[in-house]
Amino acid sequence: MIKEVTTATFEEEVLSSDKPVLVDFNADWCGPCQMLKPTLDKLADELDNVKVVSVNIDREDDLAYKYSVSSIPCLVMFEGGNETRRSIGLKPRPELIKFING
Amino acid sequence: MYDIIIIGAGPAGLTAAIYARRASKSVLVLEALTYGGQIINTPSIANYPAAPDISGFEFATKVYEQAEALGAEFVYEKAADIQRSENGASFFVKTDENEYEGKAVIIAAGSVNRKLGLPNEEELVGRGVSYCATCDGAFYRGKRTAVAGGGNTALEDALYLADLAEKVYIVHRRDAFRGEETTVNALKQRPNVEFVLNSSVTKLCADKKLTGIEVTDKNTGETRELAVDGLFVAIGRVPSDIGFNVGTRDSGYIDAGEDCRTNVPGIFAAGDCREKEVRQLVTAAADGAVAATEAVRYIASLR
Ligand SMILES: Cc1cc2nc3c(=O)[nH]c(=O)nc-3n(C[C@H](O)[C@H](O)[C@H](O)COP(=O)(O)OP(=O)(O)OC[C@H]3O[C@@H](n4cnc5c(N)ncnc54)[C@H](O)[C@@H]3O)c2cc1C
Repeated sequence: MIKEVTTATFEEEVLSSDKPVLVDFNADWCGPCQMLKPTLDKLADELDNVKVVSVNIDREDDLAYKYSVSSIPCLVMFEGGNETRRSIGLKPRPELIKFING
Repeated sequence: MYDIIIIGAGPAGLTAAIYARRASKSVLVLEALTYGGQIINTPSIANYPAAPDISGFEFATKVYEQAEALGAEFVYEKAADIQRSENGASFFVKTDENEYEGKAVIIAAGSVNRKLGLPNEEELVGRGVSYCATCDGAFYRGKRTAVAGGGNTALEDALYLADLAEKVYIVHRRDAFRGEETTVNALKQRPNVEFVLNSSVTKLCADKKLTGIEVTDKNTGETRELAVDGLFVAIGRVPSDIGFNVGTRDSGYIDAGEDCRTNVPGIFAAGDCREKEVRQLVTAAADGAVAATEAVRYIASLR
């Protein structure tokens, strides 16, 4: 299961994490986000070196705004509290792995 | 060896898989991305018979589950080439990783959004440039936007955005619209909508994200910059880039009639990738049924 983070828990779960964190910005009405979810769930289970969390952009519009999310699905990688890369749109599994590994 | 290899798991390919399995043919579906095709992008479909209100994701998942339950096999690889075998009785479909053999092939690769073709367009996708107003419009609440295009999609996108955004420019290269007049009139009533006619988008101005667009008037050659946060590109669709060895029309769409037969016996084309007038779910599904039936008939003729 991918943990959902909020504005209140973002600092602790993402910015202060020891491990790199992959943040999945998504919404319930976004079809490509629903398509991506099973793949991310699986990757979250398989990968020990990254943590995967999700942000619902409708409930957490402050976070979406703060990180300039303007199209979803949007995956943002945070390392040491900073954004290091982002991937926009639905991608097949091999490309996601490539993106996560940098 | 499979009886039928289907390229693309959108509505056309999935329907072809259902029909082919129900005719007891073995079926492999190759899909580059995920099942469902373009339709997963829309939150609501209202024109498919017997499904008055369904999301694209739900529609796609239902059709996929139906095809899978009937025994179609799915492999997530992008088809790159089709070659006829030496004895002529089968085809080899190559992907980056593998090669699959089938007696008949159905191409159901769909279509993709036409790009403006500007140098930094790709890197600005998700940073101000979008091809889907209903998908990304919500991020532009209270912001300045522009829509490029003059067809129905562009006009509907503009109307959708007019409810959310502070400003909507409609940049169209002609002085008249191809889209429905009622939509044009509805747009004229909106105080926040401005028409920029006889003009095209010639430059994307950006500083990490989109900050504005340069538009050029085709009659006077004059250029001006419009400060916008979002540009919605709605200038039509083009066939998926398949590069397979089948005949196409000048438009790039595969040259196949209502019987879905291409110029190569044994290779069929179904759905949006085929030259046709109406590109919708119901016509994609219809093509899937026809192509599968034709493929079954073709296989029977091999014996
Ligand atoms: C936002 C939006 C809203 C829409 N709303 C409606 C609506 O309300 N009602 C309606 O009837 N229609 C609607 N449509 C149109 C409808 O989605 C299409 O007509 C339909 O999806 C076409 O189906 P298809 O199977 O031919 O192609 P696609 O849906 O384009 O599917 C093609 C599939 O092939 C795959 N593919 C491409 N190349 C390869 C390759 N080389 N190897 C393997 N796989 C490949 C693609 O990844 C894709 O999954 C909408 C379209 C969009 C974009």
